[in-house]
Amino acid sequence: MSSNLNQVKTMANMMASGETPEVLFWVGCAGSFDDRYKRVTQSFVKILNKVGVSFAVLGEEETCTGDPARRAGNEFLFQMQAMANIQVMNGYEVKKIVTACPHCFNTIKNEYPELGGNYEVIHHSTFLQQLINEGKVGLECGGEFKGKKITYHDSCYLGRANNIYEAPRKVLEALDADLVEMKRCRTKGLCCGAGGAQMFKDAEPGNKEINIERTEEALATGANVIAAACPFCMTMMRDGVKNKEKEESVEVLDLAELIAKNEGL
Amino acid sequence: MAYISQIAFLIVVAIASYFIYKRVTQIRKNIFLGKKAERNDNKSDRWRTMFLVAFGQQKMFKRIVPALLHLLIYVGFIVINLEVLEFVIDGLAGTHRIFAPILGDFYTVLINVFEFLAVGVLFSCVVFLIRRNVMKVKRFIGEEMRKWPTLDANLILVIEIILMFAILTMNATDMLIQGQDDHYPVTGKFFFSGFLVPFFEGMSVESLVLVERFAWWFHIIGILGFAIYVTYSKHLHIAMAFPNTWYSNLFAKGKMENMPVVTNEVKMMLGMPAEGSDASPEEIGRFGAKDVNDLSWVNIMNAYSCTECGRCTSECPANQTGKKLSPRKIMMATRDRAEEVGNSIAKGGKGLEDGKSLLGDFITKEEINACTSCNACVEACPVNIDPLSIILEMRRYVAMEESGSPASWNSMFQNVETSFSPWKFAPTDRFNWAKEIKDPS
Repeated sequence: MSSNLNQVKTMANMMASGETPEVLFWVGCAGSFDDRYKRVTQSFVKILNKVGVSFAVLGEEETCTGDPARRAGNEFLFQMQAMANIQVMNGYEVKKIVTACPHCFNTIKNEYPELGGNYEVIHHSTFLQQLINEGKVGLECGGEFKGKKITYHDSCYLGRANNIYEAPRKVLEALDADLVEMKRCRTKGLCCGAGGAQMFKDAEPGNKEINIERTEEALATGANVIAAACPFCMTMMRDGVKNKEKEESVEVLDLAELIAKNEGL
Repeated sequence: MAYISQIAFLIVVAIASYFIYKRVTQIRKNIFLGKKAERNDNKSDRWRTMFLVAFGQQKMFKRIVPALLHLLIYVGFIVINLEVLEFVIDGLAGTHRIFAPILGDFYTVLINVFEFLAVGVLFSCVVFLIRRNVMKVKRFIGEEMRKWPTLDANLILVIEIILMFAILTMNATDMLIQGQDDHYPVTGKFFFSGFLVPFFEGMSVESLVLVERFAWWFHIIGILGFAIYVTYSKHLHIAMAFPNTWYSNLFAKGKMENMPVVTNEVKMMLGMPAEGSDASPEEIGRFGAKDVNDLSWVNIMNAYSCTECGRCTSECPANQTGKKLSPRKIMMATRDRAEEVGNSIAKGGKGLEDGKSLLGDFITKEEINACTSCNACVEACPVNIDPLSIILEMRRYVAMEESGSPASWNSMFQNVETSFSPWKFAPTDRFNWAKEIKDPS
């Protein structure tokens, strides 16, 4: 059972055996390399396997979408990355992509079409919501988050950038948890501070770190879990919680982890 | 006598129209210092956006109190301008309240509605003055608001208050004159200006006519003068909000504008067929934006549409945490630079070649580097201004023309180039997570 749940095939594997997966799971750099975010990737893989979605990953053939390079101004580098990725994906005749990273999601969905990459791209929050709507996950009542206070931190690249506000909340509702909103949420949600390539440099001089400001707001809700849907938000909120010495009582978890845990995966 | 006032009126209107026309032509030229941009697709979406956001004030209502006060002024402005139509006809034809006999009782109702709105405008302007000068609401005080922007804001409110008083004074004295001078048709009672009547009771008909005429002329000259002033002021949003929302970005906010010039070069480097027609070489200019002419004309139109309300800046995570970035300042700087360059060209001066540039002399790298591209400013703007696109265009200039990005970004670029990830990990380790999941250690 568990080995089945952990199975991951690459596009190359699948092609070799003449199979075509329904969906490509775009893992992203954080999902591939960041120790904390790898657990999100692994949780999502378990969910995909559990519900029997036919999926594959690019494995070593995947490279950075180019998002941070583009936001930092290096258009050449972005387009080099984008073209390379598009060549690979078009080579595999990819039709549908799911990813847990809002930055990868935004770039592939909105920016690759002009460069020749046309795919149906969905973020894992929407994907999970669809699974819940279809009754494939989230029906186990009385999971470990039942009644627990959870607050959702809106990712800018899902929310304002792509108008996805409800899917992540619907996913959390399926946990039967007590969803509490921060003072600034949805269209007014405060950034974690990492977007626009800020993740890869120190903040400019100021009087506070943005992630601390946001973490204070999250902690003020009294939630035990801060739900995130983005690898950068995850890092920033975890750093904030550590800074506030609340890591004993407050967890930062991705939507996929919450669902996987709830399902006992 | 009547002839003289008609001629005087015509001259006043002509002079005002001339100044407004000249100024509008100049603003148009300044806006078109920017590069071409195609924003004429999806006309039905554009009409809808303009109708909801500009005409319908949709985004104002994210903050309910200022939205309601602003709505009073906005409706007042539009409806009271109907009365200006009567002013103009009377002024040209030498008549007085030409619609009064035609509309009869309904005229009285109309004027009472106008008066109600005039009082509403007065009330809102007073509250706005208090918010700015007594309560000192934070978004009105920022660094970039020193001197002229603050004076400009207060002047607009004070002028509007005075103009509304002129209408009420005019109506109050008019009521007293009615029945004593045949030129003044009897209209029935006006409710709000009725409160001013006691101040003028007991005055001779001649003095009343003098006051009434003064108020009438003051109001119409005031309106025309204000219209000229508006073209030099942040208040220009009353007109610009409409084209600005029409030319809104209709794509997902997360999408960055593509650079076809780069696409062609990248395709050539990769040995792929490039579509040449997209950008002819003479159009390339520089990569990204250093000065206003590198921006698109939509960016500059955005700048002229900005009324400096500061909602963008108050929502900006960088600004809230003490960084130098203020999206409002980005827009104000863009407008200031477009004005400077445009005026200089109009006078036969150096224009863009004056040794200054938008990035460097008006906006610093520290500001653009502080942006998280979170789109809070874009979302907050009641008229769909996009400060983020200017910031990102400047980053492009810094990265591609100057190689002047922060050192950590240059390392990130290097990592992406050599390890295909923004972090320095071996590309061959990219799939290790799958082994770890099967064999957790």
